Amino acid sequence: MSADKKPVVAENLSKSFGQVTALQNISFETERGEMFGVIGPDGAGKTTLFRILTTLLVQSSGDAFVDGYDVKGDFRKIREIIGYMPGKFSLYGDLSVEENLNFFASIFKVDPKENYHLIKDIFHQLEPFRNRKAAALSGGMKQKLALSCALIHKPSVLFLDEPTTGVDPVSRREFWQMLDRLKSMGITIIVSTAYMDEALLCDRIALMKNGILLGVDSPAGMVASYKERLLAIKGGDMHSILKALHDIDIVKSAYSFGHEHHAAISPDFTGDAVEKIMLELTSRGFNDALVKNINPSVEDCYMELSAN
Amino acid sequence: MKQFWVFVKKEFMHIFRDGRTAMILLLMPIVQIILFGFALSNEIKNVKFAVIDHSNDAITTFVTERLSQSEYFIFERDISTEEEADYLIKSSQVSLVVVYGANFRENFVREGKSQISLIVDGSDPNTASGVLRYASSIIASSNEQIMTLSGLTPHSGAKPTFIEPVVELLYNPQMKSAYNFVPGVMGLILMLICAMMTSVSIVREKETGTMEVLLASPVRPVIVILAKTVPYFILSVINLATILLLSVFVLGVPITGSIFWLVLASFIFILVSLSTGLLISSFANTQVAAMLISGLVFMMPVMLLSGMIYPVSNMPYLLQIVAQFIPAKWFIEAVRKLMIQGLPVTSVLKELLVMTSMALAFIVLSIRSFKQRLE
Repeated sequence: MSADKKPVVAENLSKSFGQVTALQNISFETERGEMFGVIGPDGAGKTTLFRILTTLLVQSSGDAFVDGYDVKGDFRKIREIIGYMPGKFSLYGDLSVEENLNFFASIFKVDPKENYHLIKDIFHQLEPFRNRKAAALSGGMKQKLALSCALIHKPSVLFLDEPTTGVDPVSRREFWQMLDRLKSMGITIIVSTAYMDEALLCDRIALMKNGILLGVDSPAGMVASYKERLLAIKGGDMHSILKALHDIDIVKSAYSFGHEHHAAISPDFTGDAVEKIMLELTSRGFNDALVKNINPSVEDCYMELSAN
Repeated sequence: MKQFWVFVKKEFMHIFRDGRTAMILLLMPIVQIILFGFALSNEIKNVKFAVIDHSNDAITTFVTERLSQSEYFIFERDISTEEEADYLIKSSQVSLVVVYGANFRENFVREGKSQISLIVDGSDPNTASGVLRYASSIIASSNEQIMTLSGLTPHSGAKPTFIEPVVELLYNPQMKSAYNFVPGVMGLILMLICAMMTSVSIVREKETGTMEVLLASPVRPVIVILAKTVPYFILSVINLATILLLSVFVLGVPITGSIFWLVLASFIFILVSLSTGLLISSFANTQVAAMLISGLVFMMPVMLLSGMIYPVSNMPYLLQIVAQFIPAKWFIEAVRKLMIQGLPVTSVLKELLVMTSMALAFIVLSIRSFKQRLE
């Protein structure tokens, strides 16, 4: 590990599979000891990005460095210093919890006891199941075991590809608490997720869509840079209301957001947007619509950025 | 090196944790040998026969006795009409009916010959011709006693014979099918375990995603792949021993040649098969694909073109050329020569050489196609 080098640097990274472009000119840097989130829906290119950074794929163009090592030329060096947890559960289901951990410790040539302090909190919860086959663990427990195996050699940079996909909400929260503790031990964590609410738990986030990087900032900075006024609309016939919102000329964009709709107001309109929208909706026959001003979330930023 | 053994240990765990597969791997040779040796054999054994005896004299009684004393035939009962014979054969109660004409002994003494009709169930031509051949040869071998019984001396004139045995076979006088299929089963099982199981177990790691984790670790892919071959090599050796022991002690097929060279030839063939498995795994991405490739592209030709079922020399010219590229063909030939015919190693040098160069070529090819990354 070289302290002066950024843990991860991507410069104009592109990757195409035949005709399909999976990544297009991705550039970003991460700081040492930060939790860096790669946020985007399925198909955004998160996994391809992770596979290039973990030396599993070679980029079509551009450069990438992990701890100063080139992912192309120095891939053997990188493989010694990173921890990687793929999106799919990738341990041996027919080996027990303990056998999996010992196996991964030995392929990294470390004694599992040596770095036990790193995984103590996580593995502690797996202790009662240490002789159980990994395939028989619950989803949350599987993730904990996979994380333990990815950590056992005290990696300098930890890559977690959608670690919480398919995990129940309680286990998800626990998982992020664990990541926080790992961060405090000085491990740089690069994590990807499709859940916008998890973006807030990262120090900085990169928003991705269709292989394009929409923006990199802290969650707070991202929200602060949101320019438009944002309204939340609720009503009886949600589907028709959304259609109506698209027709109203002061609405710049409208999309459903959980059980309500969000509408960004065009900057040209300076009047009372709530009143105006109410009027417009009533005139279209939606008498029960509720409209209020709200603060944007990361997801609103994502919608805004991806619309441009 | 320590990493290598960690992987070997892990492979053994995979095999033995999957009890069903482990059982199949270890029991398969036993089942195959027993199936081919007893159930599927086209040898004749315990064939039930009925007798229509219009003479009932010393000769006919003697011939019937000779037949029922042999291990191939079991006397069922005496009947009197052809209709009855027809019924017994149709209802599969007997497979052979022996008919002696009237005045058998008198005719024999007077004209020097007499008639025995053999009625056989021809619905299974292979069995039928076998039954005929066996029965004829038993009857023919009784000639001397028959002449004594008929009051003639063996030297008193022309030798009367009823039916002559037509076939004389070298190496396998009883046409024991075991002689033919033991080398075949050896080739088949070693190919199956080495090529199919090795490739499937490597591809499984690709499919479950563990290969992704292993590739992102400092372990060299070559170590991962080579470690896969060790357990299957050991399993193959166990199976080789099982097959040889079963064929010698259960089927009575002796190892007439040198055991050392037989085992060495088998080791070379195992090497060829293992490297075939490695090669398959480098271009198959799913276990099903690996199984299909090893099944369709390697197993079927091995069975059909290696000479295990049909002799290579009977094939159309084009297929004979194809057969030259099938490692099992050379192995089966070498085993036939070394084990069954008991020929010295100098007669299988060509086979050994061909297999060795195939092994080398496959190993070089598969090492060159090892991937350091996912694509």
